[in-house]
Amino acid sequence: MVETTLPAWKLAELSDRFLQDVYSIPEGEKIKLCLQCGTCSASCPTSYAMDYTPREIIAAFRAGMLDRVLRSNTVWMCASCYSCTVRCPAGIKLTDIMYELKRLGIDYGLYAKDAKAPVLSRGFVKIVDKNGKNDELSLLGNFYLKTNPFGLARMAPLGFKLFMRGRLALRPSKVKARDDITKIMRRLESKEGK
Amino acid sequence: MEYTYYPGCSLEISGKAYDVSARNVARALDANLVELEDWNCCGATNYMSVRELRSFAISARNLALAEKEKRDLVTACSACYTTLSKTHKYMESNEKLREQINDALSAVSLRYDCTIRVRHLLEVLVNDVGVDAIARKAKVNLKGLKVVPYYGCQLTRPYGTFDDPESPTSMDRLFAALGADVVDFPLKTKCCGGMLMTTAETVALKLVRNLLEVASRARADCIVTPCPLCQFNLDAYQDRVNGAFRTDFATPILYFTQLVGVALGLSDKEILLGKEIVSANRVLSSYVGGSR
Repeated sequence: MVETTLPAWKLAELSDRFLQDVYSIPEGEKIKLCLQCGTCSASCPTSYAMDYTPREIIAAFRAGMLDRVLRSNTVWMCASCYSCTVRCPAGIKLTDIMYELKRLGIDYGLYAKDAKAPVLSRGFVKIVDKNGKNDELSLLGNFYLKTNPFGLARMAPLGFKLFMRGRLALRPSKVKARDDITKIMRRLESKEGK
Repeated sequence: MEYTYYPGCSLEISGKAYDVSARNVARALDANLVELEDWNCCGATNYMSVRELRSFAISARNLALAEKEKRDLVTACSACYTTLSKTHKYMESNEKLREQINDALSAVSLRYDCTIRVRHLLEVLVNDVGVDAIARKAKVNLKGLKVVPYYGCQLTRPYGTFDDPESPTSMDRLFAALGADVVDFPLKTKCCGGMLMTTAETVALKLVRNLLEVASRARADCIVTPCPLCQFNLDAYQDRVNGAFRTDFATPILYFTQLVGVALGLSDKEILLGKEIVSANRVLSSYVGGSR
């Protein structure tokens, strides 16, 4: 399948920003040492379901095809188990690279249109920004409403069981000093220069 | 021994039994957990992965509050443990990041100088209290109970601070000392799917199925875990695994503190037994409350 790719200048900008951000990760420059051995892909519990395996991400980056990786399901299949990170013989922090790619995908609006994980992540950020804590019920409720209302009906029996066991709160828990969190964020972003 | 305790969001509601059993077990072992006043979400994988800098900032608010108390910060949640540890480590090793975050924290007159340690409750129990001391305080021998210690990912990865990233043994040693028949579980650090259970259910169900399959082949009475998300995925979704793969797993999934609590003679209320979806009543009834 031929995918429409980004204009060359945009792709170059994307690759530059990726590298810059990866270099800001402690020991991030080790990405240069990737020898394409595939230990990461073999260790990954979900690589079988990825369009591009972890090893292929770095190969694609080197080939100037990062946009294709972002448009694929790859990074959203990462469960953050860190198996690749601890096993990489070159010391490359692949889980952090996955996170970086998630951020790039969201910032550039480049992710698989049917990817559900960005919806969940955005919902999570919204709730934590508002309450200072997660609220499992509205996180999952909103997620299913947005991605698959039928899924909400499917979840109802489990929700009921959890509720009966006191494992589902109807009223979210909130941080008292919510203003403090807003102030911290505002100050951070006023200096971020992005 | 006194520690600053960070429960984390999961332990407030869906993992309430973990919170209650953790506090009661710690008390019984003279490890005093003092809850961090007005803590906020650690950022978790979900926030960290999409808004890293902001995640470091909200995570650092907790660290800064804890630093004022001058005690180690202890959490029982593996995801909080990794996120808080990561924030600590990145701030410690990256001066620019440290200044950036401290500048943001200065808006509310806080700062974090990286002087405290972030620790997991399992590590505190095994290293500070000690396996032998816990065994000496035990009132119930877990003899005859076949236990699978399932560590999951984020307890030992990526940092492996207190146990091996791929083959940890702390829970194995702990429950062996308490008399349990501990299964040498080959999948002890394999992933449960984490949040993929919500966003890519078929992928996560397969991972959980593998764990339950190997545990049940070993004829496990229960699986114990130090992670609220592992407990949730294996417990609450066990039905759905059975539906998807035509299996008939019925393995109770306990927080490790619940089983330590049983050994210490705590009552079912003190470890909130019965909150699990797959009931542990049958396998634990003869042990709970010091009845054996």
